[in-house]
Amino acid sequence: MAPHSPSTVDETLPGITRGIFSKITGEFARMPWLVILCSLFIVAMCFMAIFAEVLAPQHYADQDLVNRLKPPSFLGGPERYLLGTDELGRDVLSRLLYATQISIFVAFAGTMIGAVIGTFLGIVAAHGRGMVEETIMMFVDAQASMPFMIIALAVLAFFGNSFWLFVLIMGINGWENYARLSRGMVLAANTHGYVVAVRSLGARPKRVYLRHVLPNIASALIVQFTLNFPSTILLETSLSFLGLGIQPPLTSLGLMLGTGRDYLLFAWWLSVFAGMLIFITTLSVSLLGDWLRDRLDPTLRR
Amino acid sequence: MNLRFIATKVLRAIITLWMVVTFIFIILRISGDPTDTMLPDDADADMIEYYEKEWGLDRPLPEQYLIYFVNVFEGNLGQSFKDDRDAFEVVTERIPMTLRLGLASLIFGLCFGIPLGIYAALHRNSLADRLAMGLAVFGYAIPNFFLGILLILLFTLALGWLPSSGSATGWHMIMPVITLGTGGAGSLARFSRSAMLEVMNQAYMRTARAKGVARLRRIVFHAIPNAAIPVVTVLGFKIGGLISGSLITESIFAWPGVGRLLVTSVTSRDLAIVQALIMLVALTMVVANLLIDLAYGWLDPRIRVSSQQQKD
Repeated sequence: MAPHSPSTVDETLPGITRGIFSKITGEFARMPWLVILCSLFIVAMCFMAIFAEVLAPQHYADQDLVNRLKPPSFLGGPERYLLGTDELGRDVLSRLLYATQISIFVAFAGTMIGAVIGTFLGIVAAHGRGMVEETIMMFVDAQASMPFMIIALAVLAFFGNSFWLFVLIMGINGWENYARLSRGMVLAANTHGYVVAVRSLGARPKRVYLRHVLPNIASALIVQFTLNFPSTILLETSLSFLGLGIQPPLTSLGLMLGTGRDYLLFAWWLSVFAGMLIFITTLSVSLLGDWLRDRLDPTLRR
Repeated sequence: MNLRFIATKVLRAIITLWMVVTFIFIILRISGDPTDTMLPDDADADMIEYYEKEWGLDRPLPEQYLIYFVNVFEGNLGQSFKDDRDAFEVVTERIPMTLRLGLASLIFGLCFGIPLGIYAALHRNSLADRLAMGLAVFGYAIPNFFLGILLILLFTLALGWLPSSGSATGWHMIMPVITLGTGGAGSLARFSRSAMLEVMNQAYMRTARAKGVARLRRIVFHAIPNAAIPVVTVLGFKIGGLISGSLITESIFAWPGVGRLLVTSVTSRDLAIVQALIMLVALTMVVANLLIDLAYGWLDPRIRVSSQQQKD
């Protein structure tokens, strides 16, 4: 992604006072219907994730061994199980809700960690210049040149799996994007009048970057967040699908799809619903992200 | 091509490889005693002593680092837990199968993605363009593990046309190739469409038209070679995607390649194999990126010239 030229930063960000959220609400009226649909779906997914405990008809681990592998109720299964049951007679609908909660939480926490680390290092690189910048950018290049899934597998193989290590690995995925982006934008901002003015008033670097530069580059970082989020979901679900991510008794959408694979022959509903949710979620977030990017920052358009 | 251009690219490739080896060395040392983690549980004292000496574990850390480097360089990557075979050997015998699948998928992606993108660009904003791009977004966004499962549901369970696992015949390859190649085809289609559109707006295309060059000739000899330049650069990312995709695809379809080996080795924590595989992936990625950089310099004279000017 190309660093910003000063003029475009000015155009897209008319001032510190006008925040990104008012900008988004202003744009809301002009959203194409597809993007509205995507946003509604994302809101619904977040709602499901937050209120999974309340919404789920049953606890995700409740077993009903008499009713194992029953089809969804609209296909002739028992009435209590709207989307059927799995190999231990657990309600698929309830498990989907809990799985959504875990998947969304892991992806959100992971993307957040990546954003914070990456932005911080990007700012440090732009502030430090010289050797510091060279070193950070060397790491950025090295990470970008390896498929991250392989690195994640290496760490999991050597350290064994635990939930928080897994979340941390999700965070390391994609930090280089924020680092590259924020470095470029801070370098551009440092030549701007407002930064020079604040600095000559005697503000320390911490104040300059946190109070003045960060709010001005926030919109591009948020766009990057929405573009990174789907890849984090996919990384989590892929690893869980392979049995190397979220471990039972916890469940995630990828893990449901992975275990459902063994029962594909006689119980397609175990995997297909989970797969659909992953697919539509990642698609919605990336379409929204593409739209936001084009809206907020025409220079980033491919 | 000038020497400086090649030399800087090669130097960067070597630095990346060095960083990967160092990264493995560091996590190997902080994750515990290598004789515990790298050798089978039932290893006898002689064997442990042999490897302690071999890896120089009784020496200071910087020296261990050097010894580790020499071992990696000689392909001395330890032994598999499972059958006590040399890790390097176990890994290399799996490579041909993965290469077969990966190359077939790459060709699939190129053969579907690029023509689709060019077609969409030539019929910009028509219904065909919308449909083609809808298809491309679909192919790009569908997770490969879900696509694999849908394919099995359709072609194995519902229609009974294709086998769902194994690698015995050509029929076994069809579903893995579609699973692995679709994502790349989708993004190549989107990318070649935008590259084509950009080229078609250039002044030299208008000149060609004014000269009376036939439309087909304009497209094949003027537009496509120029549009190919940015497309070649994204191929590097595609190769990374193929490597991570092969983990999933090979696991779904029980394809006996490197990807499945990595997944089973991580599950059983067969670290010598994991280590060897990561080196292999790093080497593949670095060589692929290097070749693409060089191809890029060869395709686009501006890059060669600008690095020439930097020297002067």
